[in-house]
Amino acid sequence: MTTTGRPARRRSGRTARPDGRAWRFLAPFLLVYVFAMILPILYAVYQSMLTVERSGPTGLGKPSIGFAGLDNYALALDQTAFVESFARVLLFGIVQVPVMLLLALVLALLLDQLPDRWAGLLRSAYFLPYGVPGVIATILWGFLYVPGISPIGEVLGEFGFQPDFLGYDNVLWSIANIVVWEFAGYNMLIIVAQLKSIPQELYEAARIDGAGPWQTALRIKIPLVRPALILTCVFSIIGTMQLFSEPLVLKKIAPAVTQDYTPNLSAYFDAFANANMYLAAAKSVLLAVAAMVLSFGFLSLVNRKQRSER
Amino acid sequence: MNATTAPRTGPAAPAPAASRPASRPAPRRTLRPGRIVLVGVVTLAALYFLLPVYWLVIAATKSNASLYGSFGLWFDAPRLLDNLGRVFSYGGHIYPRWALNSLLYAGVGAVLATLLSAAAGFALAKYRFRGREAVFKFVLAGVLLPSTALALPLYLMFSKIGLTDTYWGVLIPSVVSPFGVYLCRIYAESAVPDTVLEAARVDGAGEERIFFTVVLRLMTPALVTVFLFQFVHIWNNYFLPLVMLSEDDKYPITLGLVTWQQAADRVPELTQYTIGGAFVSVIPLAVAMLVLQRYWRTGLTEGSVKE
Repeated sequence: MTTTGRPARRRSGRTARPDGRAWRFLAPFLLVYVFAMILPILYAVYQSMLTVERSGPTGLGKPSIGFAGLDNYALALDQTAFVESFARVLLFGIVQVPVMLLLALVLALLLDQLPDRWAGLLRSAYFLPYGVPGVIATILWGFLYVPGISPIGEVLGEFGFQPDFLGYDNVLWSIANIVVWEFAGYNMLIIVAQLKSIPQELYEAARIDGAGPWQTALRIKIPLVRPALILTCVFSIIGTMQLFSEPLVLKKIAPAVTQDYTPNLSAYFDAFANANMYLAAAKSVLLAVAAMVLSFGFLSLVNRKQRSER
Repeated sequence: MNATTAPRTGPAAPAPAASRPASRPAPRRTLRPGRIVLVGVVTLAALYFLLPVYWLVIAATKSNASLYGSFGLWFDAPRLLDNLGRVFSYGGHIYPRWALNSLLYAGVGAVLATLLSAAAGFALAKYRFRGREAVFKFVLAGVLLPSTALALPLYLMFSKIGLTDTYWGVLIPSVVSPFGVYLCRIYAESAVPDTVLEAARVDGAGEERIFFTVVLRLMTPALVTVFLFQFVHIWNNYFLPLVMLSEDDKYPITLGLVTWQQAADRVPELTQYTIGGAFVSVIPLAVAMLVLQRYWRTGLTEGSVKE
C-alpha cells in the first residue's frame, strides 16, 4: 500500500544492514512451498520425459523405464481428443468468463444503489453458493438437470418444453451454468470491495456536474473497478483451464462427457484408468504451462492497452 | 481476499470507507421505472442463487419415492430427522467420519496456512534483506500455478515417498497459500507500524515473541480473510483427496458424497443419502460464511484506513 511505504523506508535508512532475522519467519513457509509446490512440478517434468520400454523381439520381455525426451508431449499433442479438450475449455472460457463477470459487475453496481440493509442481505444470498463445494454444487444441479427429479424440467414441461440439459450439445453450457452459480457471487464481492474504496468526493463531484446513476456507473464506477475486474478475470481463466470436478461428477449422468472432455480429466484418466503416469505427467505440465501463458498473456495485454491509453 | 485487494488497488486508499454511510448518495433520487427494474433484477438474481439450496432443503426431507413422485419445490410428507439418521448410520457410520476428516483437513490446514502466510508476509513487509523482491516474485509465481494441475504431480511425488493414502498427503499441500503470503504482506505493510516493533525491541522482546504477541494481533483482519479462504479452498477441494486417498475412512465429505452418488444406480437409497449428506455439509459452511462475512468485510476496509 502506498501510504505506508514511507515509514518503512525511513527505518531502513537508519538501519542499513541487511536484516537476516527475516529468514526465520520465511523459512517455514518456503520449506513447505518448495516441497509441496515447486518440487512436484519439477518431478512431473522429469517423469514426463520417461517411458516404459519393452525389450525382446515381441515386446513381451521385462519392461524397463527409459528416457523418452519429448515423446510423451508429442504423443499427447498427437491425440486429437486431448487437443480438442483444450479447444473445448477455451470455448467454455470465452463464453462463461465474460457472462459470469458481467453478472458479477451488474449485481455489484445494482447493490450499490440499494439501502445498506437490503444490499447486505442480497450480498449474502449471492455469495452463499461459494460456500458449497464444487462437487456438491454439481450433484445439486445434476438433480435439477435430470428429467424425472428436476422441478425445472417439470415446470417447463407444463409449457410444452422438453429441455435436455445433459444432451450432447447442451452439457457444456449446463456445466457453465454451475460454474457461474458457484463463483459469480464471489467475484461480485471482490468488485464490491473495490467499489467501496472509491472516494465519496468523486460521487459528489459527479452529482454536481449533473450525472445520473447511469452515467456515474459508466463513467466513474466501472473504470475505477477495473483492477478488480482484471484480478477476477485472471483467476477465472486459471479456474477454467483446470475444469475437472464438475464434468467428472456429471459424467455419470451425461454420456456426452467423455474421458477426454477437459485436459485435466484426460490427464486423470491417463494416470488412473489407463495406467500411463508418464503421459499424464506430460499432460499436467502442458496444462500448467497453458494456464500460466494464458494468464500472463492476458495481464500483459491489459498492461499494454493501459499504457497506450495514457 | 477481496478485502485486501481493494485497498491495494484502490486509487485513493486513505479514508474512503470510514465516511461512507454518512455521505452515501440517497437512492430515492432514481426514477420510478428504473427502481422497479432494479428491484426486479436483484430479486431474480437472489432466486437464481438460492433456488438449488432451497431445492436441497426440500429434497432432504423427502423419501426416495417422493423424490421422484412429487413436485420438487414443495414438501411431501417431510421426514428430515429420519432421513438424517439413516445418512449418519449408513455404511457403519461412515458419514460422521467424513465430516470429521473434512473438518480436520480444512481446520488444521487453514490454521497452519494462515500462520505460515502471516510469518512470511510479515517478514517480506517489515525486514530489509538481500533477495527480498526475488523471494516475493518466487512466491507470486505460485499464485498463478493452477492448483488442480498440481494434484497429479503431487501424487507422483508423494507415491514415491510413501505419503499417498495418508492424512499427510492431503494436509501438507493444504498448508501452502502463496496468495495468503501476498495478502499478509500487503496488510502488514500498513497495519504493523515500525514504531510498535521498535518499542517492543527496546523493551527487550525477541523477534518471535513480538510476532506472536503483537504482530499477529495487529494482523487479525487479514488473518481472518486468509483463514476463511483457505478453509473454503480445502473444504471444497476434490481433486487432491481424489488422487491421494484410496481408503474411504480418510475421505473428506466431498469425496465420500461423490462415491455415494456414483453408486446410486446400484443402491437406489443412496440417492436420498447423497442429498441428505449434501444438506448436512452445506448448512455449517453456509452459516460460517454468513457470520464470517461480516467480520471479514469490516476487517478489510480497516486496512485501508490505517496510516
